Amino acid sequence: MDYLKITGPAWTFGNNVDTDQITPGHYMDLPIEEMSKHVFEPIAPEFVSDFKAGGIIVGGSNFGCGSSRETAPDALKFLGVAAIVAESFARIFFRNAIAIGLPVLVCPGIASAVSMGDELEVDFEAARVTNLSTKKQFQATPLHHIMVESLKKGGIMKMLADT
Amino acid sequence: MGGEQIGKFSECNWKRPGKSEFGGNKLGETIAEKVFSRKVGKPVRPGEYVVAPIDCAMLHEAFALSWMQLMSAGVSEIWDPQKVVVLFDHYIPAPTERLAAAQMMIRNIIQSAGVAHYYGEREGICHQVMMEKGHARPGALIVGTDSHTCTYGALGAAGTGIGTTEMAYVLARGELWFMVPPTIRFILEGHLPERVASKDVILHIAGKYGTEVAQYKSIEFVGDGAEALSVESRMTISNMAVEIGAKFGFFNADKKTLAYLKGRGDASSTPLAADADAQYEATYEVDQSGLEPQVACPHSVGNVKSIGEVKGTSIHQALLGSCTNGRFEDLQAAAEILKRGTVPPFVRLYVYPASREVYVKAMEAGLLKIFSEAGAVICNPTCGPCFGAHTGLLAPGEVCISSTNRNFKGRMGSANAEVYLGSPATVAASALKGAITDPREV
Repeated sequence: MDYLKITGPAWTFGNNVDTDQITPGHYMDLPIEEMSKHVFEPIAPEFVSDFKAGGIIVGGSNFGCGSSRETAPDALKFLGVAAIVAESFARIFFRNAIAIGLPVLVCPGIASAVSMGDELEVDFEAARVTNLSTKKQFQATPLHHIMVESLKKGGIMKMLADT
Repeated sequence: MGGEQIGKFSECNWKRPGKSEFGGNKLGETIAEKVFSRKVGKPVRPGEYVVAPIDCAMLHEAFALSWMQLMSAGVSEIWDPQKVVVLFDHYIPAPTERLAAAQMMIRNIIQSAGVAHYYGEREGICHQVMMEKGHARPGALIVGTDSHTCTYGALGAAGTGIGTTEMAYVLARGELWFMVPPTIRFILEGHLPERVASKDVILHIAGKYGTEVAQYKSIEFVGDGAEALSVESRMTISNMAVEIGAKFGFFNADKKTLAYLKGRGDASSTPLAADADAQYEATYEVDQSGLEPQVACPHSVGNVKSIGEVKGTSIHQALLGSCTNGRFEDLQAAAEILKRGTVPPFVRLYVYPASREVYVKAMEAGLLKIFSEAGAVICNPTCGPCFGAHTGLLAPGEVCISSTNRNFKGRMGSANAEVYLGSPATVAASALKGAITDPREV
């Protein structure tokens, strides 16, 4: 991938989406094909059937808080979530997403400026989010170059295998 | 470097006076800064990204996932098997055939990979075992495949949780990238009143300052109130540092820390504290002496109320134990209350000691007898119910008061159940009454 920029429709969530809501504990030992059928089950049980691959999740503050379970970003990636943009992330979720090659970006002010279904453009290298539906643009927090490299390669294990 | 924002602290003025042991200008350092500057051999500043060697890597059943990642990357050897700890705690005893097979696979790999510290299923919950066996020591940089790895901060260790992919990277390379975190400080003042515990302190902090007050940051819990807390009480606070976003949750490594570590493991330990002129992003004062029992209400650790506002709420289940509050002093506090009565027949009390060591000590002290005679069911050390995997789960509409660390929607079984978090004394008192109860009133 030459340049990391993703366009897609927004799927909005509120504050404090925790990893137990993303992949509940009692499905965690299932294979990812099965486990991913239960993503967001406690808070948005319709998500899995409604979501179409390529969508961009927009979260409020503290997205991915709680357990360090990597099943959370894994299952979102498996369902085809193209990127996650949030006011802030819990640090372990953020690290895990970068590590598995699921693009994430901190973008203050984004949650209140995006409605469900808005078309977004997320430029990870310029650290900029554009709401194409409202023509509004937001400055995000830049990713460290190692994170961008991990995302471009598809995760840190690909980086490890290459060296 | 993962979850941390960059550039955020560039406007801060980090000029600090003095001479450096590295030869440059000596800047007063927080504990996190000390750990990282020692690891990378040069002074570091908050917001800086470093690649640091890992002193110890802890894996529970997630080992299987990390190992598969290693294999797919073509790596078949662990960087240093002496620095790796593996045990089972999340699914003990194996609740399904699938998990039994996963554990069998891990046992087979462990034997051939030569992992030096394998405790299997017999020693208890990972964080408690890491501390009891002396793997968590002041100044050590430790990563674990569990968010509550920050518990080791109670002993001055820089413990933090990572995912299975990053752990696979650590197993291959023995190092990982980090952002040197800014540090915030909670000054704990005064002694805790009777039947008020360190759990009430950390719940109070989560309620008052919110679950993001320490996002991406290191915390230091200091002050005369912090010094007065037992090492076990400190562990409860450090354990829940992640619930307010923290990367590390340190207490100073003092005489009590060294006394706890004596006879645990081979390595020596020295005291550790921040420099007097260290820079903090924020400082908060917490008066422990006026604190009442606190309860985190559904479905957030930050939804905290004083006991008076929630007492009387009927419960179906009470859960005592876990890595947060399953230590000897926790069981002792609960037993003090449970010896005064019996749990009503339509209320259930489950006890999960944090480790075998705690279990044996509780047995010798007669605590298990008190629990059993009060109507409790005593279970083995496991994470099972806390994260909704197995044993002690809740049906739709049920209410539980628990000494664990999270009350997220659906965390302990049904998404339509409710979990309240409280101290061991609050859990015990509530179990006896069948409703959330002020432990000072029994």
